[in-house]
Amino acid sequence: MSSDMQDKQILVALVENRPGVLNRVASLFRRRNYNVDSLTVGRTHKPDMSRMTIVVDAKRTNVRQIVANLAKMVNVIDVRYLSHEPHVARDLALVKVRAQDATAFNTVTEICERFPARIVDIGPEVTILEITAREEMVENFIEELRPLGIVEMVRTGIVAMGRGTRIHDKDHVPAVPLNTANGKQQVI
Amino acid sequence: MQLTGAEIIMECLIREGVEVMFGYPGGAILPTYDAMTKYPQLRHVLVRHEQGASHMADGYARATGKVGVCIATSGPGATNLVTGLATAMMDSSPIVAITGQVPRPAIGTDAFQETDVTGVTLPVTKHNYLVSDINELPYIMREAFHIARSGRPGPVLIDIPKDIQNEKIEFIYPEGDMPLPGYQPPSSATDDQIEAALDLINMAKRPIILAGHGTIMSGGTKELRELAERAQIPVTLTLLGKGAMPEDHPLVIGMMGMHGQAACNHAIQEADLLIALGMRFDDRVTGNLKTYAVNAKKIHIDIDPSELNKNVNVEVGIAGDMRTVLTQILPGVKGAEHAEWVNRIRDWQEDSDERDILKNHQGGLIAAQVINDIWKYTEGEAITVTDVGQHQMLEAQYYPHRRPSTMLTSGGLGTMGFGFPAAIGAKLGMPEEEVWAVVGDGGFQMTMCELATAAQENININVAIINNGFLGMVRQWQEIFYEERYQATPMWNPDFCVLAKAFDIPSMRVTQREQVQEAVEFARNIDGPTLIEFVVEKEDMVYPMVPSGADLDKMIRRPKPGEKV
Repeated sequence: MSSDMQDKQILVALVENRPGVLNRVASLFRRRNYNVDSLTVGRTHKPDMSRMTIVVDAKRTNVRQIVANLAKMVNVIDVRYLSHEPHVARDLALVKVRAQDATAFNTVTEICERFPARIVDIGPEVTILEITAREEMVENFIEELRPLGIVEMVRTGIVAMGRGTRIHDKDHVPAVPLNTANGKQQVI
Repeated sequence: MQLTGAEIIMECLIREGVEVMFGYPGGAILPTYDAMTKYPQLRHVLVRHEQGASHMADGYARATGKVGVCIATSGPGATNLVTGLATAMMDSSPIVAITGQVPRPAIGTDAFQETDVTGVTLPVTKHNYLVSDINELPYIMREAFHIARSGRPGPVLIDIPKDIQNEKIEFIYPEGDMPLPGYQPPSSATDDQIEAALDLINMAKRPIILAGHGTIMSGGTKELRELAERAQIPVTLTLLGKGAMPEDHPLVIGMMGMHGQAACNHAIQEADLLIALGMRFDDRVTGNLKTYAVNAKKIHIDIDPSELNKNVNVEVGIAGDMRTVLTQILPGVKGAEHAEWVNRIRDWQEDSDERDILKNHQGGLIAAQVINDIWKYTEGEAITVTDVGQHQMLEAQYYPHRRPSTMLTSGGLGTMGFGFPAAIGAKLGMPEEEVWAVVGDGGFQMTMCELATAAQENININVAIINNGFLGMVRQWQEIFYEERYQATPMWNPDFCVLAKAFDIPSMRVTQREQVQEAVEFARNIDGPTLIEFVVEKEDMVYPMVPSGADLDKMIRRPKPGEKV
């Protein structure tokens, strides 16, 4: 792992699944001037709890301060460092590249075989590739595609989970069920 | 029982022990004001500007240790609270603000008097709520008070749409545990932490205690005194820590920091151990962090884990309730003398800036003398509430306090306009106490509309305006750092006594030192608000002064008589 990657710290926060929580966390990062590489948020297997994966650059930001301030927030149920323990981290990218002729398309296929990637859409001039892998591998994949001509790209940012029995979970049920007036759960 | 949202608010306030609320009505909060008519046991104080309501709630909270409550309508009413919320946030003062919001269907439509109040107040509150379901309202009310007063206290805002105030439900007050999975304030220290702290305390040759607001808020002042006395550890106070230990106690050196006593700052720089209790190493306290107490090991105890190692790295950081942690530490503290160290500090104290200013009489009134005389004639027992500026620092220097929560001031945010309304709140919380608002001519004019509130409610407070015709502290910086270019600091002022008369408030103008005692007696003998204007030296300075960012012991000292600056 390069030293650059070692400076990246992964934090996982379990948060209440209610309106405004993402805004609260983002507002904290902004007002305390914390540098965040990526922040992803999504649901968990429990309807009242969401999970955030936050990647910060430890060189530019005091990670302990981030953890202390996150933990202080009323809607943040639990925060943990993940970088210090064995974990799985994944980044997903969708990359649209030019593949106008057979040669180009063959190159694309060949690159996809060497990475955990696949072709998810084939158009007349371009094709969309999907990769889910460690961040470094995604970087390498993108670099290999670059000569072909990347026309559009999107990445999710890292999601991560501790290996084995390092289970990060909490019980939480709100006092009053969240407003489900529109028949669907509110998302943060 | 079927109750409206507005009635539920009142029921919950009563259950939280609220006696008085400070507010201003308006469209979106009208149902709540209407419900007040059914709950006469809740006193409502009508302010003249919502900022005043927030400072009054804050002053009430600081004086009593209970949660202060302020109420405002949506939009401008709510935004006017923001300065008061930020003030309370910075100084960890427990207040609950209730604001009306436009009805739910109108939210997000730029309706009349609509503002995203939870968005606006997010960074200046400990937590806030937008009530979206009336069933949540009782839980939110209870949580809000709990969050405001527990852990590191702070302001909590509840934004309540008008239609929820009108909606009716079967009201059942929630009992038992609150479902706050993400809110567990720390309480006690681990054995390892106590042991590490004791090792440092018992080995120290030149220890010093830095006592802050947290020692007062946790109720740990008795334990603080025990610690200091048992091991003969000198004590310095932060601005908000004043009163944590009686200032006439032989171990108390005084206030530290930018305008602290020189002896305190020297002692901190030469100490081999700092025991920081419920304070947060604010830049006004440390000066240049690179040279701050470099010879000292540091123990930092604070209720807020995010304060540890924030500005100053410490050997032992303990997140916990001050009183609980001190109680854990005390049994292991060995008796000590530290005679040499205490004597060294006494030597520094000899060279005090107080030496000449109180004795020298140069004809006109000097602000420091006025404040020291007020101390003398109130026997040092009044609750003083200051505004922000030179008079604030002079109050801190020349009005020693013996009891906790008797000096109230906006420390962290430095909010001009705080003093007068906060004094009204303090008096309502502590009706038996003598309350003085010590304010400058500048800050007073920011919230002087509350004279009408004081008159309407007949609040028995004494307002001492230290009038130097300048924004004094800014002028002081202009004199030192901007070659006396007094841009926008000279003030044309109204005739404050005529102003008081317009509010039917008795007043007096003092221009000679001989009149101070008479003025204090005059104010004390009137049951109701009084205003005393002290016309003082225009271009006075506050010494010592650590220039912003300078080393803590590099203070600008008061020139000795005959000495040029």
